[in-house]
Amino acid sequence: MLTNISNVLRACVQRNQVATVLISARTYADFTTEATFEIKKCDVHKLDEAPATQVVLTRDEGLQYYRIMQTIRRMELKADQLYKQKIIRGFCHLYDGQEACAVGIEAAINLTDHLITAYRAHGYTYTRGGTVKQIMAELTGRRGGIAKGKGGSMHMYCKNFYGGNGIVGAQVPLGAGVALACKYQGKNELCVCLYGDGAANQGQIFETYNMAALWKLPVIFICENNRYGMGTSVERAAASTDYYKRGEFIPGLRLDGMDFLCVREATRFAADHCRSGKGPILMELQTYRYHGHSMSDPGISYRTREEIQEVRSKSDPISLLKDRMLSNNMASVEELKDIDVEVRKEIEDAAQFATTDPEPPLEELCNHIFYNNPPIEVRGTNPWSKLKSVS
Amino acid sequence: MAAAVTRFFLRGAGSKVPNTGVSTRGHSSFGATLLKLSPSCNVRTKTQRRHAAHFTFQPDPVPTQYGPTQKMNLFQSITSALDNTLANDPTAVIFGEDVAFGGVFRCTVGLRDKYGKDRVFNTPLCEQGIVGFGIGVAVAGATAVAEIQFADYIFPAFDQIVNEAAKYRYRSGNLFDCGGLTIRAPWGCVGHGSLYHSQSPEAFFAHCPGVKIVIPRSPVQAKGLLLSCIADKNPCIFFEPKILYRAAVEQVPVEPYTIPLSQAEILQEGSDVTLVAWGTQVHVMREVANMAQEKLGVSCEVIDLQTILPWDTETVCKSVVKTGRLLISHEAPVTGGFAAEISSTVQEECFLNLEAPISRVCGYDTPFPHIFEPFYIPDKWKCFDAIKRMINY
Repeated sequence: MLTNISNVLRACVQRNQVATVLISARTYADFTTEATFEIKKCDVHKLDEAPATQVVLTRDEGLQYYRIMQTIRRMELKADQLYKQKIIRGFCHLYDGQEACAVGIEAAINLTDHLITAYRAHGYTYTRGGTVKQIMAELTGRRGGIAKGKGGSMHMYCKNFYGGNGIVGAQVPLGAGVALACKYQGKNELCVCLYGDGAANQGQIFETYNMAALWKLPVIFICENNRYGMGTSVERAAASTDYYKRGEFIPGLRLDGMDFLCVREATRFAADHCRSGKGPILMELQTYRYHGHSMSDPGISYRTREEIQEVRSKSDPISLLKDRMLSNNMASVEELKDIDVEVRKEIEDAAQFATTDPEPPLEELCNHIFYNNPPIEVRGTNPWSKLKSVS
Repeated sequence: MAAAVTRFFLRGAGSKVPNTGVSTRGHSSFGATLLKLSPSCNVRTKTQRRHAAHFTFQPDPVPTQYGPTQKMNLFQSITSALDNTLANDPTAVIFGEDVAFGGVFRCTVGLRDKYGKDRVFNTPLCEQGIVGFGIGVAVAGATAVAEIQFADYIFPAFDQIVNEAAKYRYRSGNLFDCGGLTIRAPWGCVGHGSLYHSQSPEAFFAHCPGVKIVIPRSPVQAKGLLLSCIADKNPCIFFEPKILYRAAVEQVPVEPYTIPLSQAEILQEGSDVTLVAWGTQVHVMREVANMAQEKLGVSCEVIDLQTILPWDTETVCKSVVKTGRLLISHEAPVTGGFAAEISSTVQEECFLNLEAPISRVCGYDTPFPHIFEPFYIPDKWKCFDAIKRMINY
């Protein structure tokens, strides 16, 4: 498991180790290297066992995950800023508030496992191995973007990460298909298939539940329930808000999606379930988005400022981890601050890159429509020269 | 060539966006802000210039035949049409994602409060369900106005529209129909909508006998045509050019009125080239007609097709008989676009009258691009160039 964790962190692990070593040299003996925490119990559906409620967190893990969550948070805040400056255009859905989900899930699966999500994809792109630079440059539509600057906010991809899907709920059947391939290839891999509480009402989700259970596919369906499908609260949109039970014949778990440890423990449990050949499992992560649905939704017309403030002050995923580490003497305020400073610098550098990197060349307009060799001509308006499509 | 393109974008053809009417206080919305940002770019930064509008909205003369008028933009004229419908038709209901709050483009603002939450209500995020449900509402005799949040999201409902709605009358031997169903959806490019908020899918539905497809060019047209669609005894798809929601402002009659479907409108008479378009592209065509007159001395006849299916072949063919040349322009990709159908019909009807091959100036055969939108759009320069070619043929 520890190797997995460091895999997740390969983007920043090196710098982190340096930091750790420096700090260790100074105060290593003073810190607790690991501690056991009591976490909230999961609600279960059709399961005899439940994920453990006592989990161990080591100091190194804590620091690493703190850094990742902080990176995602800062990246989203920067994106917010760039959007308001009209440097990022198009649609942009921010992930701040939900960091514990992406990080907790990634900590419990392998990088060789597969993951697919909807349009709120920046956090997952990062945990799956994308760099902040690539993500920011994609947001601004520049050459160095993770999808060559062609997709923008909703369309980000990297190895074993299938995006970044703009149409509500459309990624769920795809995820089951990926799981079928995993099963067929027999590599003991699984697919994590994410969707929101809004998408949970789409018909194709239920079609997918059926196929996944029928064929016992190694897929973890994860409903990130952030309480609002755009501007509509879950109570107004769903006849049953027990999203973890809506797979009916698929076992389910409901847990606190604001607590990184809860998410990690439950995902480990779910991954074991899948890998042991028992078929799909469903998880509902109860989480919260601080921003509106997208950049043009101020997010306060269908919920109160007080509600957002309360979540921020009482169950912020980053503060929660930070408090745990500090109160158990697993880290010092200073070293966490150092991490913050480093993260901020990384984000600033990435933003700098994303605003100065050139835009993709015009040829890119027509590339990658079909697989074709030799290049095909793409028909367009007749006055301009026809463009070649290369793939 | 690239330089020419760049020059055009640097011009920054800013159309005015008046902030009249409905306040976006409280529930501002995704679409609304999107629109606020796109057509008018006063702050001249590098990133904004390339998103300058590719057209200038040209209002029609104030209509006098329908009583008192009021200044409205396109989304307000839609609201006005829906308001009239709810007031006059006790069976009318309006539903869709977030419509109870006014919808992301503010088209249904205030209607829930005025007519009650049993008549204007939110649905879950399930397009297939929304349309299927709408068919049921309509087949039982009520008037259903369903909103799909973006035309790009209509595809989950494709089966319901094509197989259920369009064929209901035919397959039941006229025993059942869902003529009371109207599906509204924001449509077309908006400046920076990227792949899933910019498409123009009218051609997909034009292949389906049994549904009517209507696309207005202005607030006055929008209200009259929408009321016609709602009153029409066939299921209708009403696509609203979302870039015009705020950019287009006209004096719109307050009382209900209808504009006949399947009737194209000749906006400007001419003798040399017929220009056919619908929605936003009509305004590009008007500008092109002026350019052709000024720079080439070419007289263009501009036609707004308005109804895509069933379309007005007579008006178009008569015009081509007169001018001998036809240019059709739409934002959707050229291959299989509705321009192809028009072109084919016109060459059958007017073969001996044609002085030049029919021109289509349309989007590239690519997915709707993100940052390449300015290149992709069939703008006035591309259309102008096509006219030159036709004249010199």
